Amino acid sequence: MPKRTKLGVSAVKHLAWLTRIDLTDKEAKEISKQLTKILNYFSKIDEVDTSGVEPLYHPLEIGKVSRSDEPTPFPADEILKIVPSRKGRYVKAPRIA
Amino acid sequence: MTNIDLRSAKRLVEAIRLGEVSIVDVVEASLNKIKELDKDINAFITINSKKALAAAESLDTKLKRGEKVGALCGLPIAVKDVISTAGLETTCGSKILKGYIPPYDATVVAKLKEAGAVIVGKTNTDEFAMGSTTEFSAFGPTRNPVDKSRVAGGSSGGSGAAVAAGMVPLSLGSDTGGSIRCPAAFCGVVGLKPTYGSVSRYGLISYANSLEQIGPFAANVDDCALLFQCISGWDPMDSTSYRNPPKVESSKICRRVAVPKEFFGEGVEDAVARSVWRGIEALKDGGYVVEEVSLSTLDYALPAYYIIAMAEASSNLARFDGLRYGLSLKSGYRDWNTYFSKCRAKGFGPEVKRRILLGTYVLSAGYYGAYYLKAQKIRNILKTQFQQLFTKYGLIAGPTMPTTPFKIGEKIEDPLLMYMIDINTVPPNLTGHPAISVPVHKEGELPVGLQIIAPYFCEERLFQAAKIVEESLRRQ
Repeated sequence: MPKRTKLGVSAVKHLAWLTRIDLTDKEAKEISKQLTKILNYFSKIDEVDTSGVEPLYHPLEIGKVSRSDEPTPFPADEILKIVPSRKGRYVKAPRIA
Repeated sequence: MTNIDLRSAKRLVEAIRLGEVSIVDVVEASLNKIKELDKDINAFITINSKKALAAAESLDTKLKRGEKVGALCGLPIAVKDVISTAGLETTCGSKILKGYIPPYDATVVAKLKEAGAVIVGKTNTDEFAMGSTTEFSAFGPTRNPVDKSRVAGGSSGGSGAAVAAGMVPLSLGSDTGGSIRCPAAFCGVVGLKPTYGSVSRYGLISYANSLEQIGPFAANVDDCALLFQCISGWDPMDSTSYRNPPKVESSKICRRVAVPKEFFGEGVEDAVARSVWRGIEALKDGGYVVEEVSLSTLDYALPAYYIIAMAEASSNLARFDGLRYGLSLKSGYRDWNTYFSKCRAKGFGPEVKRRILLGTYVLSAGYYGAYYLKAQKIRNILKTQFQQLFTKYGLIAGPTMPTTPFKIGEKIEDPLLMYMIDINTVPPNLTGHPAISVPVHKEGELPVGLQIIAPYFCEERLFQAAKIVEESLRRQ
């Protein structure tokens, strides 16, 4: 069982990097406290015996859904209008370092 | 026409069809009411006056020509701002989507238009529907029309308050863990979370796909049923929508109601319990058999729900990159990761950040089994227990919310305390069952909702029971 009592500032900073959300040190400290408290509450689920139980990822059984392989019109020009910054039909983005 | 009562959709449709009022009159009355009241309530993020009036005029012309106009016949309706509306800004209550104008309508919005409804505006919500009071909206909290110092509930607080204040007869919300039923209970209106898969989610900006459904708000049960009929049905654009819902046979157990004692656990206010029992007594008087039961797994539904919801949120919200739509930063960050991180830091509010971070944590290697997988197993146990209960009972009932609406700001500083108020609303989201909240408080008291849960696709049964409660309490 992983230890789940504390989610420290460095762990929060690592999560912030993974999720691409820039956090100041002050924010990371505050969030560390809050998330630790929430995680401790979450560990309540340990009390339930789930041996032999399958996980349920979806509430209802829904069969395979497919459609015929025919292209449908796609309003690319309309959609491009909502892009904040673009060059022609390309979205402008910073360089990937 | 200024004295148009907007609280009954059915009566308004009749009046419009009889030619007593025009659709323009009704839509103007709604827009005027919004103008008059919304500066204090903040139910709306965007008001759609110009287009709404144009739509109303064209519907009036259609009526005059004797052309067919759908079941909602010109009724003004408000739509939660997490549901895409073509040509009308859709913000999800977030700065990160400010200025975003969807190029397409959600299926439910297309259905509303087909049914002849007129969208008067987009309603306030906790950012990305993550919250229970609408205080986490980037556009400020919605105030409860019953007492403006109190929260309206959330996350669909704007939609609940707009109906409660009589600004619109109908509205749409979305419900991931109680986000329709909570504001319905807190504002004293009727709200339904439909069976998972009965209403298309195409165009609903995702927070937690396996839990959420779009559903109706109305001032009374009949109107809620009317709106549900207009928005439900299979949609080829949503692979989780049901094509052929199973036919539900009527039987003796339909009128047997189970009341789990866990729904009245620690934290349920006396005033709430009293009102809820009045509602349950009304069911007894209406010929229902009521029995108290125990459903032990209910105590674990809340942590299981939050683990799953956060996990799904962390994945869904990865799409907001500040490049393709909504917020973008002008200052020249030359590196992709820096730009991405700065933009998301600026665009997301505190609750959204917490959920993305924790959702990522519970999905990460080493913790996945202990949190995410475990929670999904508990979900399975809960579903099995609900299904077992539904072999003996036709309905499950209890308080929608453990408390009456509290003061704005009272719980905002403590995220966990805020999550706790969802304790009774999350189970049907985990299991996919339909659930309704119907008001049961006395006039002059703070609103309280009775939650009734039914087997899959038994919305009709919920409306029948809720109507008995509604009529009985109206007579008292």
